[in-house]
Amino acid sequence: MYTYTEFDRDFVAERNRQFRAQVERRIDGSLTEDEFKPLRLMNGLYLQLHAYMLRVAVPYGSLNSGQMRQLAYLAERWDKGYGHFTTRQNIQYNWPELRDVPDMLDALAEVGMHAIQTSGNTIRNVTADHFAGAAADEVADPRPVAELIRQWSTDHPEFQFLPRKFKVAVTGSQNDRAVIKAHDIGLRIVERDGVIGYEVLVGGGLGRTPMIGKVIHDFLPEEDLLPYLEAVVSVWNLLGRRDNKYKARIKITVHEHGLEDIRARVEERFALIKPAFKGVDQAMLKAIRADFEAPEFRSGTVHHFDAAYKGNAMFRAWADTNISEHRNPEYAIVTISLKAHGETPGDATADQMRVMADLAERFGHDELRISHEQNVILPHVHKSDLPVIHTALKEAGLGTANIGLISDIIACPGMDYCALATARSIPIAQEIATRFDELKLEHEIGEMKIKISGCINACGHHHVGHIGILGLDRAGVESYQITLGGDATQDARVGDRTGPGFSADDIIPAIERIVYTYLELRENEDETFLNAYSRLGMIPFKNALYNQEQAYAAE
Amino acid sequence: MAREFTPKVITANALLEGDVVYLTENDSWTRHLSEAAILTDEADADVRMLSSEAQTDIVVGVYLADVAVGENGPEPTHFREEFRRTGPSNYLHGKQAELH
Repeated sequence: MYTYTEFDRDFVAERNRQFRAQVERRIDGSLTEDEFKPLRLMNGLYLQLHAYMLRVAVPYGSLNSGQMRQLAYLAERWDKGYGHFTTRQNIQYNWPELRDVPDMLDALAEVGMHAIQTSGNTIRNVTADHFAGAAADEVADPRPVAELIRQWSTDHPEFQFLPRKFKVAVTGSQNDRAVIKAHDIGLRIVERDGVIGYEVLVGGGLGRTPMIGKVIHDFLPEEDLLPYLEAVVSVWNLLGRRDNKYKARIKITVHEHGLEDIRARVEERFALIKPAFKGVDQAMLKAIRADFEAPEFRSGTVHHFDAAYKGNAMFRAWADTNISEHRNPEYAIVTISLKAHGETPGDATADQMRVMADLAERFGHDELRISHEQNVILPHVHKSDLPVIHTALKEAGLGTANIGLISDIIACPGMDYCALATARSIPIAQEIATRFDELKLEHEIGEMKIKISGCINACGHHHVGHIGILGLDRAGVESYQITLGGDATQDARVGDRTGPGFSADDIIPAIERIVYTYLELRENEDETFLNAYSRLGMIPFKNALYNQEQAYAAE
Repeated sequence: MAREFTPKVITANALLEGDVVYLTENDSWTRHLSEAAILTDEADADVRMLSSEAQTDIVVGVYLADVAVGENGPEPTHFREEFRRTGPSNYLHGKQAELH
């Protein structure tokens, strides 16, 4: 794991000192809210519906046990005993008071964490494959380059007042778990004839105008990465639509100018700035790589695992859903579900955070990851330790065997917390999970990604959910629009709208009708919902949704 | 013809805690919607908005919210205001926990 250098520590400490003084000046009246707001946003502090919200960066979703314990401490000391892990691999605290935030930031700095650039029109926290460094299908670990981008983008003088926010995601695998096609820039590490390079995608994004990223460079040499990124952001910084915040993201710029035009401008800019990069970035990348060397994997019998898998049905169910293939055959990647049926997706109590930290320290080479799907990962676990880990997780309410299933739902905070939301998301997620648990259907349904957003901004990634749900305000009533066939992987696709929305009471039965239609029409158990949808198209699902009296036209 | 002015309250968030607050008859701030002043005159509402917005050391994000006049004072007419006066629906946190 990357550990802060003296430079990082000094930088964060200085920012915290500045922000502490800014908070004091806001409270004593020397700063107005208009003056203070951009300052607090630069430090991840929002004012939401019921309280302030502090968004803490977990760079590329990676943290160690000490950091996780500190997150638990913050939750207990300054919040209501829990934290909310987000779709951008961050953690949000929903109840801090303004006076306490500088102390929270100082506590974070103690473990090399901060809330810088988790908000505002800057380059946001860089996200990455949550299986980075562990996945069997990986060309290279994406975290060193993600860390390089974090360092380059943090406080970058040219990019502090961008037309809008800017999000970068990196993966090192052909199988995309980082939704790189829905980011302003998506990077995929690729190998050609033994040489590492980057496929660069630009102009993806969700929100009110969802777009799939386009390949602007299919094999960028490693040493060109930072100058090329700088060229892309720089071109957009000048061209981006500052006149209209809904048209300010780079996806609109690429759409309006065309990929060829943007590529030509980027090449021109790149040629201009490349000479200024004299290789310092490559020296830095080399040093960062040393921090991300794989742990010393141990070798031993996996007998405990085999015995538990044969003899314990509950363990087997969990292992079947929550374990992924590790590049070391004796190891496994554990996904800890933060989606217990009926609970809030992505929430963990301070006690649960400490349990996960302890397990990581004892069995997981001290590494944890946060996934954009709002779960926590133990990336390196020897298979023989899985039974004891499962027992500990179960005791902490973290043993739910549902990864990739219908109750493993992404949901944004929605109108329960968010000031921008137009409807609630969390209760819909809770009800869907509870309902399908009651029906005992979720294992039969198999792979199913439901993603829920409480407004058009799409923090809940609804566009790329197999079933997407978008909560809207229709004439003063919460109304939920459904999309089908979205895909967040390397085959990314924006889902198709089914038609009129459903009320909060009708949305759960509507989802049930979609699921029953799928179960009835699938060719066999191996045909996933997504495959069945691409074979069958919208018609049978639309009929199931609307050709009934209970369907109502909400718009 | 101008649209008829419907009953409203002035609401905001408290600067220090972030709590939802409402303006009372005597121009102080309360956590209880039931204690909020119901404004039925547009000119009066405009003047009170100006003085509320000026209290930047106490409140943030001042705006007028529609209410219905009920037996126990003002009642929200939109679900967003209902959530603001109650708190989130997934935990017993916020006003619903603190005020009862």
